[in-house]
Amino acid sequence: MKKTLLTLFMSSLLACFSLAGSVPAFAEEGVHLDKAPINISDKASLRRGAKIFAENCFSCHSAKFMRFNRIAKDLDMSKSDVRKMMIFTRDAKGAPTKIGAVMKVAMDAAYQKRAFGTTVPDLSVEARARGADWLYTYLRSFYIDPSRPTGANNAVFPKVGMPNILWKQQGLQKAVYKTIVQEDGVKANVIDHMEIVVPGNLNQVQFDKYTADLVNFMVYLAEPIQNVRRSMGWKVLGFLVILFVFAYMLKKEYWKDVHH
Amino acid sequence: MSSLLGWIDDRFPLTKMWNEHLAQYYAPKNFNFWYFFGSLALMVLVIQIISGIFLTMHYKPDSHLAFGSVEFIMRDVPYGWLIRYIHTTGASAFFVVVYLHMFRALLYGSFKKPRELLWLFGMFIYLALMAEAFMGYLLPWGQMSYWGAQVITSLFGAIPVIGNDLLTWIRGDFVIGDATLNRFFALHVIALPLVLIFLVIAHILALHEVGSNNPDGIEIKKNKDANGIPLDGIPFHPYYTVKDIVGVVVFLFFFAIVIFYIPAGGGFLLEDNNFIPANALKTPAEISPLWYFTPFYAILRAVPDKLLGVGTMGASIVILFLLPWIDRCKVKSIRYRSAIYKVNLTIFIISFGALAYLGMHPVTLTNTMLSRLFSFLYFAFFIVLFITSKNESTKPVPDRVTS
Amino acid sequence: MSTAKTSGNKVDTGRRRFLIAATSVVSAVGAGFVAVPFLESWEPSERAKNAGAPVEVNFKKLETGRLLTVGWQSKPVWVLKRTKTQLADLPKNDDRLRDPNSDVASQQPPYAKNEYRSRKADLLVLVGICTHLGCVPTYRPDIGPEDLGADWLGGFFCPCHSSRYDLAGRVFKGVPAPLNLLVPDYYYVNDDVILIGESGGKA
Repeated sequence: MKKTLLTLFMSSLLACFSLAGSVPAFAEEGVHLDKAPINISDKASLRRGAKIFAENCFSCHSAKFMRFNRIAKDLDMSKSDVRKMMIFTRDAKGAPTKIGAVMKVAMDAAYQKRAFGTTVPDLSVEARARGADWLYTYLRSFYIDPSRPTGANNAVFPKVGMPNILWKQQGLQKAVYKTIVQEDGVKANVIDHMEIVVPGNLNQVQFDKYTADLVNFMVYLAEPIQNVRRSMGWKVLGFLVILFVFAYMLKKEYWKDVHH
Repeated sequence: MSSLLGWIDDRFPLTKMWNEHLAQYYAPKNFNFWYFFGSLALMVLVIQIISGIFLTMHYKPDSHLAFGSVEFIMRDVPYGWLIRYIHTTGASAFFVVVYLHMFRALLYGSFKKPRELLWLFGMFIYLALMAEAFMGYLLPWGQMSYWGAQVITSLFGAIPVIGNDLLTWIRGDFVIGDATLNRFFALHVIALPLVLIFLVIAHILALHEVGSNNPDGIEIKKNKDANGIPLDGIPFHPYYTVKDIVGVVVFLFFFAIVIFYIPAGGGFLLEDNNFIPANALKTPAEISPLWYFTPFYAILRAVPDKLLGVGTMGASIVILFLLPWIDRCKVKSIRYRSAIYKVNLTIFIISFGALAYLGMHPVTLTNTMLSRLFSFLYFAFFIVLFITSKNESTKPVPDRVTS
Repeated sequence: MSTAKTSGNKVDTGRRRFLIAATSVVSAVGAGFVAVPFLESWEPSERAKNAGAPVEVNFKKLETGRLLTVGWQSKPVWVLKRTKTQLADLPKNDDRLRDPNSDVASQQPPYAKNEYRSRKADLLVLVGICTHLGCVPTYRPDIGPEDLGADWLGGFFCPCHSSRYDLAGRVFKGVPAPLNLLVPDYYYVNDDVILIGESGGKA
């Protein structure tokens, strides 16, 4: 009975955890998210991603909790390379922004509001809020939509204010619709797939890799310590195993006294 | 060395306390797996206090600075990330060990006479812990912090007549705002920890006054040897200290796995939406409390009336306080109790788990129907227990503990 | 099941003692490791380090004899172009000073261990914090003022506890301050600009 209860209790706990864990917190209803092919310990990919981030995102989006010199240190880059790659601003005194400064952008919130109809989110922890798969799918899901002020819409984030910034690389694509019958019997048009109508600089395989590098960098950006954390973890666990051996032997030794 | 001890003992009951609570505190020798969680809860409390003190040194309780100061801790403070993950993981670990500790009490009747007050202190600890966790969760000032606090404080608005005024008073503003953040910070870092520490001391003193229960539910004090030492008792120190150290190491192993490999716990420990700064104008698509509150949250949502829902949820917690008087069976341990109790308890645990699951997920028709079913079963446990425990057909309880 | 909790068997006290010691030592090592992150968290954060990053000072327009105060690591740093007379007066103080030859190595980088305590003779760079208890001394270039005495040839005077330094930041005997004022790391970026906080490659 004791065993049964224990098993029941544990399995019900486990069931709750595993079932609940399978629900992505942010996915819009019905949008399938592609698995982002990223590897956070691939520093070459992170460096490419940092460059893509600097060239495409960092003119509008800040990452105000991140410091430039952290990128240099973590991604094995020299400070001057990072400076060339991503420091475009000057500080209040007119001197170039310091390498130890946080990654702010020059654009102020009021301008952002006028230009995009919304404030541009800071991207420091965006990958933790959205998830890598969301970002990876979102960045590849812009399609032509003349009804939008930017001329583009997004399948993952409908009516998004952000323009299709990577169109030169990806090309322009249009959405191909299909008609489905919903649960309540009403027919609806939903996006079936995308078709490239104007080719970009990169083919699809190249563009997927390009986006993956960017997402990889953003995942790093959201928690820069993660590689350190993982390598520290096994040392701590190893130590605890050693401590366990001694503690267990000590317990065994004393409990020889106790007779059942 | 011994003269120093003598000097101290003449002025402070050091040796006396050591003996009373450790070296000459006789605990039953048949403690099993379930008896690890009391000492583990105490350790987690210490972990939370220490990591919390260090977080307080860098955190800013200001609605404009709070979110950024947490990221500052995560990135700019040396090892700040580790201290924060210890604290966030510790919060959930606290509830894990406390729930297992409470389940132990249900298994072996540890809340029964003469341990009613011990149980009540424990329940107050649980209540204080919930308040502590709830207020702590506002501090990162993310979307889930904000809207979680908004929703839960709104429960007070359900109280007739004074509800709305009370709500404004609690928040210190018309919505959750800077004032709320500041007062929750004060309560989280000093007021509630003091209450918790006081209650934990009371809990331990009450335990050591009446003595520990055990898996057989026998009072070991009934069988003493010529020196007045319980025949089935062994000194807590060294026997249970060395045993609890093993428990602590095993616990820390799992604790470290979470901290270093899954600190966000798949959204269970750190929710995705909480990485978006609080925005009073935009509610996230899905909001749910952290896992340890979801059983009660599911009960709240199961009732289609604000006041009644809040009342039912309150009742689901209050009824736990009354357990020592609801369960009228003289036999403590489940080992010697009827099949009815075993089935009843099993259904209760399943219901609690199911409610936890349902409370994490958005409201749908199925969810609501299931929440109602399991809420009913949750309360049915107590009703069935009250009725059946009076004349329960139990097995004979041995005189001495079994192994 | 027996009733006894202490057995008749011999207790292996040696083994017990060893296991207690081993467990304690390993635990103590663990506690030591655990203490590291908590103690480290008191070190300056990346933000503080950035705020304390080296500072460029352009002294082209600085008048001779006038003191310029700039902030570095939130500390006041003095930049002073000394006059020929002031420089010539420095050796006259020597026998009234605690450390006239700047022998205490911690108080200046090697390149400032000279009679002027500076890279180039005229330009003095000092951290303006009294080595006694951390007050900021005042700049007193006037010769022989009433309050400081007739033999005062210009220098720095700390209002907190009356410590005195000459115009090279060297401390006088008979005052509470023990050490000369600190010369920070600095180097000439060009003829008009110094960078405070780094020695450059050519230290």
